[in-house]
Amino acid sequence: MKSLILRTAAWLMLPVLILFSVDMLLRGHNLPGGGFIGGLVAAASIVLQQIARGSSDTRWLYPIDLRYLLPLGVLVAVLAGVPGLLSGQAFLTGVWITIELPSLGALKVGTPLVFDLGVYLVVVGVTVEVIMAVTEEGTWKTS
Amino acid sequence: MPLIVIVALPFLIAPLVGWLRRAGDWALAVVPAAMSVWLVTLANNDGLASQMSVVYPWVPQIGVEFALRLDGLSLLFALLVSGIGALVIAYSGYYLAGHPHVNRFQSYTLLFMGSMLGLVLADDAITLFVFWELTSVTSFLLIGFNHEDAKARYGALKALLITAGGGLALLLGLVVVGQMADSLRLSEWVARGEMLQAHPLYLPVLILILTGAFAKSAQVPFHIWLPDAMQAPTPASTYLHSATMVKAGVYLLARLYPAMGGNTAWRDLVAVVGLITLVWGAYLAFKQTDLKALLAYTTISALGLMVALIGVGTPTALKALMVVIMAHAFYKAALFLIVGIVDHATGTRDLMSLGGLARQMPVSAVLATTAALSMAGLPPLFGFLAKEKAIDSVLGWEATSIWAIVGPLAVVVGAIWGVAYSILLVYGIFLGKPRSTPKNPHEAPAGMLVAPAVLAVLSVLTVWPPLREWTASLLGGAVDVVLGKTTQLDLELWHSVNLSMALSVVAVVWGSGMFFLRHRVWTLQAKWPAWARVDHLYDGSVSGLNRLAVALTNRIQTGSLRHYLIMILGALVAAVVLALATSGGLAWPATWSLDGVQPYEIAAAGMMILAALALVIAPTRLGAIAAISTVGYLMAFFYVLYSGPDLALTQLLVETLTVVLLLLVFHFLPRFFEDHTAKLTRLRDGLIAAGVGAMVTLLLILVLPQTPDLAVSDYYIKNSLPLAYGANVVNVILVDFRALDTLGEITVLIIAALGVFGMMRFRVRRRVPVEVKR
Repeated sequence: MKSLILRTAAWLMLPVLILFSVDMLLRGHNLPGGGFIGGLVAAASIVLQQIARGSSDTRWLYPIDLRYLLPLGVLVAVLAGVPGLLSGQAFLTGVWITIELPSLGALKVGTPLVFDLGVYLVVVGVTVEVIMAVTEEGTWKTS
Repeated sequence: MPLIVIVALPFLIAPLVGWLRRAGDWALAVVPAAMSVWLVTLANNDGLASQMSVVYPWVPQIGVEFALRLDGLSLLFALLVSGIGALVIAYSGYYLAGHPHVNRFQSYTLLFMGSMLGLVLADDAITLFVFWELTSVTSFLLIGFNHEDAKARYGALKALLITAGGGLALLLGLVVVGQMADSLRLSEWVARGEMLQAHPLYLPVLILILTGAFAKSAQVPFHIWLPDAMQAPTPASTYLHSATMVKAGVYLLARLYPAMGGNTAWRDLVAVVGLITLVWGAYLAFKQTDLKALLAYTTISALGLMVALIGVGTPTALKALMVVIMAHAFYKAALFLIVGIVDHATGTRDLMSLGGLARQMPVSAVLATTAALSMAGLPPLFGFLAKEKAIDSVLGWEATSIWAIVGPLAVVVGAIWGVAYSILLVYGIFLGKPRSTPKNPHEAPAGMLVAPAVLAVLSVLTVWPPLREWTASLLGGAVDVVLGKTTQLDLELWHSVNLSMALSVVAVVWGSGMFFLRHRVWTLQAKWPAWARVDHLYDGSVSGLNRLAVALTNRIQTGSLRHYLIMILGALVAAVVLALATSGGLAWPATWSLDGVQPYEIAAAGMMILAALALVIAPTRLGAIAAISTVGYLMAFFYVLYSGPDLALTQLLVETLTVVLLLLVFHFLPRFFEDHTAKLTRLRDGLIAAGVGAMVTLLLILVLPQTPDLAVSDYYIKNSLPLAYGANVVNVILVDFRALDTLGEITVLIIAALGVFGMMRFRVRRRVPVEVKR
């Protein structure tokens, strides 16, 4: 399945979809979205590449082996729980700080967002890796 | 504070063994040696207990503390643990010289030392239990040290199963006593002893605790693990399975005696088991030909004597107990170490292939003879005193009951066998005809002889001035704790001639006679039927359990996805139907109406039903995939309708990715989509599917008219913004309120992905032809 139209469209859509997934992740705290949904969007965009190009032509697109996202994601999620612990509360209790940005106003950042980032990474890693594992078996067999 | 250092130090230096051993194994032994010196300086310190205790909160919600306390009883045991530990560590350096894993061995030994010190210093029942199990674990590691050897693995597992199994009973017992006494402090239990013993649960709890103690201290019928534990390297057998760990059960009984002992139930249970073990262990020891097995059975016998003395429980018996504990630790450890030297020097420890080694190994022979004389209970050694006191304590006890005969009889019979096997041991190794051994026998290096020499010399010196006074005060301190009052312990070797002295003479004469007639005794002993062994029971239960597990696993884990679904869905339907049938709180709705249902909702629902039907009758696989994804997308539509945007988004994305996945695995699936399953199978699957559908429908009909209790959702909705600064409640629940659940879920996700990944990779690798490199 090497349709030129699909390949071009998928290529052009990739940055948009990734941006969209990050937007989903960031806005999740107040609007529909979040790490899980964002992760699925990003995974879908990568899977779209795979469908358009074949998986062997897809791996080079990503700077790191997506398998590393699995432990990385859990690590980020666990680390997000540590500040709560350090401040004398239960593990994973949300801790918030306010950063004053010049000319943009105050930005509230909290550990739940970091935790959500961990979820995002895990979801991307798991989804893409599972689908790739299946596809790679497929390309081997058909070739 | 010093107490925590004593317990923690072995654990802290255990990882540093490789580094410390560069300065020699003697350097490694310095730490435990220093600890025992420090403990010695405490020995004569009055008011020990009041100064020496530490308590750290551990799980305050249920009253668990990390509590350590040093009193006379703990001091005696801590001294034995650290002192013999230092000697054993120094000895191991020679014994295992050149062994590739000698560091590992020394680490395990140190870990055991820390655990054992924690055990004897613990003042909190849970603290005690944790260290109790740690000693079982380190014992497992040490028995299985030569893990390539199947026998070592068997012995390690056997010891672990029996001692840790007993440990479970002990845990239950300790927790219930904790409830009864309303405290987990062992020192508090003493004050509530009367209340505990009057409690209706006293007897069951006593049996639980005794089970744990008996399993640990190798009492009949749990004794079978100890001979197999001899697969451990000899220093470990010396240390764990003779001098210290196996005495943990004895320690526990002594520790609990003031709170739970001293009544007839205690006396009958503890004394009977102890006396049986005393006689049975001694009887079995004499028929062993493996030196370590012989020593193992003598250890079982000695442990039986200790337990029996606690069962007797008179002040005389408790004094005898402490003397026996210390004397046994010295002579038995010395004998074990000598056997290790003999094994090392000759390459065998089979009594039938040894003999006449006194010429080549004179120092070992002298040391072994000294220790064996102590074991046989001959003057002027420590063991003599121990045996005299043991006989004394059963002689004057319960003059009117059956015990008046059974007690002395059992102890004297044990002593007779003791004399016989002591002679057998020394004669078999060092006297008699010289035999050719696998290695050319030679005397051990001086450094290796230090540890047994110290122990053998202590077997003599401790009962002579100037050490005698000190020994008496140390042992007396331990007796005081168990007895609850101050007593005098007299360690004079010579009394006027009395009945116990006469019985001693009988034992020596009779025991020597048995040795001379040993071949006849062995012939008689060989008549014991081979099937009548507790080992068969153990082996049978273990292999039976394995067979059961295999059968059960094969039955449940069929590897067929369809079977799993049947089990999961069947269990779900059964559970819900059962809950509905028994609860009876849900009423059928009074009226049925479609008011307020929008036409497009009916249309969407109708489409879903049609799609589901199409899925069942679809002639092609592609059609089926299209149908099932239609159901999924329409589900997302309903989520949107009922204002669940997050749910709808997730559903849409998951549905899309599932369809992609289905398409990708398309060509792995069987070419023919047509039914190749039996009619009956399809009927069964159809019934299950219909059952699940009917169950969910029924559940919804019954549940929806109810007014739900919204306390939880209200809490989340109300507090989402003020507490967690988020307006999207769903997301706030996921990443803040219930973040730990989410953490668990992503972990599960990763494990599932690893499973898929491994499965796929494994299959690919198996199919790719191996390239031959030239």
